[in-house]
Amino acid sequence: MSTDSERPALSDTTTRVGHAVPESVLRRGGRLVWRSLRMHPWAHGAGIMGANVFALAVVGFTVVIGRITDEVIVPGLDGDGVSRQSLLGAVAAVMAVGLIRAVSIMVRRWFNMLATARTQRTWRRAVTDRFLDVPLAFHQRRPAGQLLAHADADVEVATTMLKPLAFSLSVIVLAVASLVSLLMVHVLFAAVAVVMFPTLTLLNRRFTRMVEAPAAEGQEAVGVLSGIAHESLDGALVVKTLGREGAEVERFSDAARVLRGHRLTVGGLRSRYAPLYYSLPQLGIIVLLLAGVWLVDGGSVTIGDVVRAMSLFSILTLPMEILGYLFQEMPRSVVAMDRIDGVIAEPTETQSKLEPEAGSSRRANEIRRPVVVEFEAVGFAHVDGMEVLADLNLRLEPAESVALVGATGSGKSTLVSLLAGLVPPTSGEVRIDGRATTTLGPEGVSGSVATVLQETFLFADTVRANLTLGHDVGDGELVAALDAAAASGFVAELDEGLDTVLGERGVTLSGGQRQRLAIARALLRRPAVLVLDDATSAVDPVIEAGILAVLRRPFDGDNQVDRPTLLVVAHRLATIRLADRVLFLDGGRIAASGTHDELLELDAYAALAHAYELASSDSTVGDQAGGYG
Amino acid sequence: MSDADPRRIDGVSAMSVLRRGIAASPELRVGMPQTVVMAMMVAGGKLVIPLLIQAVMDLSITSDGVHMGRAAAMCIGATVLVVGSIQLGKLTYFRLVRTAEDVLLGLRVRTFEHLHRLSLAEHTALRKGVLTARVTSDVETLTQFAQWGAIAWIINSVQIVIVLAIMAVYSWQLTIVVLVLHLPLVPILKWMQSRQLTAYEELRTRVSDTLGVVSESVHGVEVVRAYGHREPMRRRVRDAIDAQFSQQMVAARYFSLILPLSDVFGISAIAAVVGAGVWWGDAWGVSSGELVAFVFLCNLLVAPISELGEVLDQTQTALAGWWKILDVLDTEVDLVDPVVPVPLPVGALAVRMQAVEFQYRTGGRVLHGIDVEVAAGASVAVVGETGSGKTTFARLLARLADPTGGQVLVGGVDLRDASPGDRRRCIRMVPQDGFLFDASIAENVAYGRVGATDDEVTAAVDALGLTAWVEGLSDGMQTRVGERGEGLSVGERQLVALARAQLADPGLLVLDEATSAVDPETETTLERAMERLAAGRTTVSVAHRLSTAERSDLVLVFDAGLIAESGPHDQLVHRGGIYSGLYASWLGGTRHEV
Repeated sequence: MSTDSERPALSDTTTRVGHAVPESVLRRGGRLVWRSLRMHPWAHGAGIMGANVFALAVVGFTVVIGRITDEVIVPGLDGDGVSRQSLLGAVAAVMAVGLIRAVSIMVRRWFNMLATARTQRTWRRAVTDRFLDVPLAFHQRRPAGQLLAHADADVEVATTMLKPLAFSLSVIVLAVASLVSLLMVHVLFAAVAVVMFPTLTLLNRRFTRMVEAPAAEGQEAVGVLSGIAHESLDGALVVKTLGREGAEVERFSDAARVLRGHRLTVGGLRSRYAPLYYSLPQLGIIVLLLAGVWLVDGGSVTIGDVVRAMSLFSILTLPMEILGYLFQEMPRSVVAMDRIDGVIAEPTETQSKLEPEAGSSRRANEIRRPVVVEFEAVGFAHVDGMEVLADLNLRLEPAESVALVGATGSGKSTLVSLLAGLVPPTSGEVRIDGRATTTLGPEGVSGSVATVLQETFLFADTVRANLTLGHDVGDGELVAALDAAAASGFVAELDEGLDTVLGERGVTLSGGQRQRLAIARALLRRPAVLVLDDATSAVDPVIEAGILAVLRRPFDGDNQVDRPTLLVVAHRLATIRLADRVLFLDGGRIAASGTHDELLELDAYAALAHAYELASSDSTVGDQAGGYG
Repeated sequence: MSDADPRRIDGVSAMSVLRRGIAASPELRVGMPQTVVMAMMVAGGKLVIPLLIQAVMDLSITSDGVHMGRAAAMCIGATVLVVGSIQLGKLTYFRLVRTAEDVLLGLRVRTFEHLHRLSLAEHTALRKGVLTARVTSDVETLTQFAQWGAIAWIINSVQIVIVLAIMAVYSWQLTIVVLVLHLPLVPILKWMQSRQLTAYEELRTRVSDTLGVVSESVHGVEVVRAYGHREPMRRRVRDAIDAQFSQQMVAARYFSLILPLSDVFGISAIAAVVGAGVWWGDAWGVSSGELVAFVFLCNLLVAPISELGEVLDQTQTALAGWWKILDVLDTEVDLVDPVVPVPLPVGALAVRMQAVEFQYRTGGRVLHGIDVEVAAGASVAVVGETGSGKTTFARLLARLADPTGGQVLVGGVDLRDASPGDRRRCIRMVPQDGFLFDASIAENVAYGRVGATDDEVTAAVDALGLTAWVEGLSDGMQTRVGERGEGLSVGERQLVALARAQLADPGLLVLDEATSAVDPETETTLERAMERLAAGRTTVSVAHRLSTAERSDLVLVFDAGLIAESGPHDQLVHRGGIYSGLYASWLGGTRHEV
């Protein structure tokens, strides 16, 4: 688990990375690296060791080549020849150092990858765990797409910095070893290196800084272009009927041209930098060579020494580049890390402290205990201050059927969420069977209350799994619940019945079918209170009436007590009329409670009922799958 | 190319993609010979150093002492060459980038344009997503390739050729030694590459699996909470994350092996060069300078080979994407504009369909022979179950596709002959989903007719009785509707779409009613607006509302691609057929006297 002890500054900034203050980015980058190192020290350690061996092997190779030049090549070709032994020794030396170098690359890459992948796994778990443990309000404040980005893209980007880590750290070793090697030959060579190394680094840094802004602009332009393409092609039908193809193509072209402009700016910068960067070591080699010849003339160095120095220079560019890559990725990684930390730092909701069994054995109600639901002076306001409910009082008696009626936006769904314990009230108390929902938590409440929401959510899993949610339920019981929800018909017609897989990779059900499955799912929990939040909107009115009739009948025998309390949020007069009692939600509180006919005395209620009446008489054809006819 | 990946293409070679791609993008051919020559010179520039080393070692550090002057002269010459190659490199690089960006721009715009021109019969929801990806993500993949891979291919290939050439000049025998030692690298690299590709493919699947599970945990968070499903969900998510991790490490195996493997071959080549070069050097006429230069040349050979190895994966993805983009560009546009356009009459238009059949390109037959006549100014309701063909019928009326058999005549003119301008003006379709552009209400309505004035826009809104509703919004007519109109409810989006149609004042209105439940408050406004809109023109509505069918002059009942029943509501409802069945089920339990 990621540490809680470190709380980095949670800057949820969207500053353009090129303008971030380098100092704090460096520090935050360092902290990121440190966190990963602490989490997975052995993997990182092995990778870094491999990288350092690589650096030494690289320098070692140049030394070997230098000595071979002096002891084997020059005497062999210009001089009196060499013994077979010496030659074999030379070949063996090259192979040996070369093999060490190759193996060290393997070790470096593998362990670095391991450390990075492990870090990703740790952070992904931390983020997704948090999603499951935070209060619902957190989810309501953020679009799902953003949360997914935290779990995936942000973790990827945050760890991009770790990929060149081992190599980058070894650059230090490389620099030191090279300098030492060169100093051992002649101080002049070392001097050229001292000029060359930093120049390359500075050049690299300068380039990455200059290219950041246009590169970011290019990425934004890609997003804009993509947005235009999606919108335009999504509405292709409308575009066509309006004859706006020409205008759309122009809009798209303009955006594409803007993108091209940014890319050309980046390309232009790179074209000025790359040839220079890659050729600078070559100029350095020329200087070395000239100096080398002069020194050979003076007798202070051998040809082999010059060869050694030149070999070193020709491998300089890649390590510098890798180091440059590290610094380039740092700003992005650091910003992504902040976002991840933002999620991990969210406080979890308090789990149920009372009755630990209530959550785990959700089927504790073998015999449904009658339960009373109470709302006492309940108020609810959104985070931005908008008040939805105020001083709301209601009481639901066991086994009664209540319809909840209110205009769009009057707070019906909020009431349902409060009842299900999904959110805590801002003021007042919601009690299930005498216990506050805030103490029970959603898990505790779910022992007594089953909710079927407006938006039916089904998992990409089998019908059975969706119904049982992992609990042990016999097929007989499943079928009984499906019957009550008028869903057994279409389930039986599915290719694999209860074992049919739903979702993108499986079968797509119509809206009404999904809703009926959701109702069956709720029924399986044998709830004391069943809440239907506009949960039959897509179901044919005739079918809906049938379901409600069954729900109002008892499950086992004629024991009245066994009937669940029903709270139905509905827009259909037929549904409303079926209820024992109607609660009229208006102005954030229960304005009236009584039978439908009694409530018609109220002007506000009557107006709403009239609107529903009109809508009902034009009812849409039930169970549309949508799509093309 | 392997066929393990659906993104790859079976049996298509890289060369054929290149050939087709070059043919499709004339921008590629502009100045290509010059660019190639420049690239050759740039690659040549890298070889200055080995050559210099050879020259200095052989000509300046000789048995009869050191010749500083010569060395200095050669070094100065080399410096000039290097600086020259830097400058040339800048130019060449920029040329390559500019060519690549021109090609991409051309591809993007042409593909986009082409997609709009394709017949809408192809545009099912799934296809639409796939096609949009061509213009966005596929071109982006190509972009990444163009920025790195393509340039790498050109420069590295040239470099390899030139290095081998110079090696051969120094000593063809040693060149053979080098080639022989590098040869096994080619099949080994290819094999490793394809294994790596498969591993990455599997990784991509695991990644999308993880995303899928996390998405469920997020989208279904309420259900997860309300049903106490948290721990099982947590386990599922962790399992997915772990599976992704293990696959990452499988892929890492190849990643950590490929470079060292190339390295080993490079090293053995150098070792062999040293060994053979010294042993047989005298016999082969190799000087010490040449041998040292050879070692440096070997380094210049390994680097491009490894880089090409690393770029192979990106190359295959890019080529596959390119091929698919080219496929789109080559799809026939089957809605051809008439050679001799015929104008449509003014006012309400009569409709006639004769023996009309329609079949999707992918084979599904939707309409099996439709004959119907609608008088000008009549209102028609089209009903039927999902899949009966009613929506296709409506689309043919608006010429969103051509029938595969028979004729569609509007105002007495075959739609294929009607002038496109007239067609757009006189026939308007208001589709199901109430799609709006990310602009204000006024702007969206104004799209109905080119050059409409603000007064005309307000008049259209007023004519449908929508003024009260608009004024109730936060910014009135200037209220922005958001992407796809998501700032408004479904019903409200339809209201805007209707006003847009009112402004267009078409002779034939084709209305595809929304199926999703509209909030009751908007329902009444919608009803009234539709009634007013239908006045004075021929209206064909794909009906989902009972009242629409009741109100129409004519009801067409579609069943399995044929018109099963037709006639006014009063007649059909008593016939005891499909329509009366539909009507009865709508009625059951919904009618009440208040």
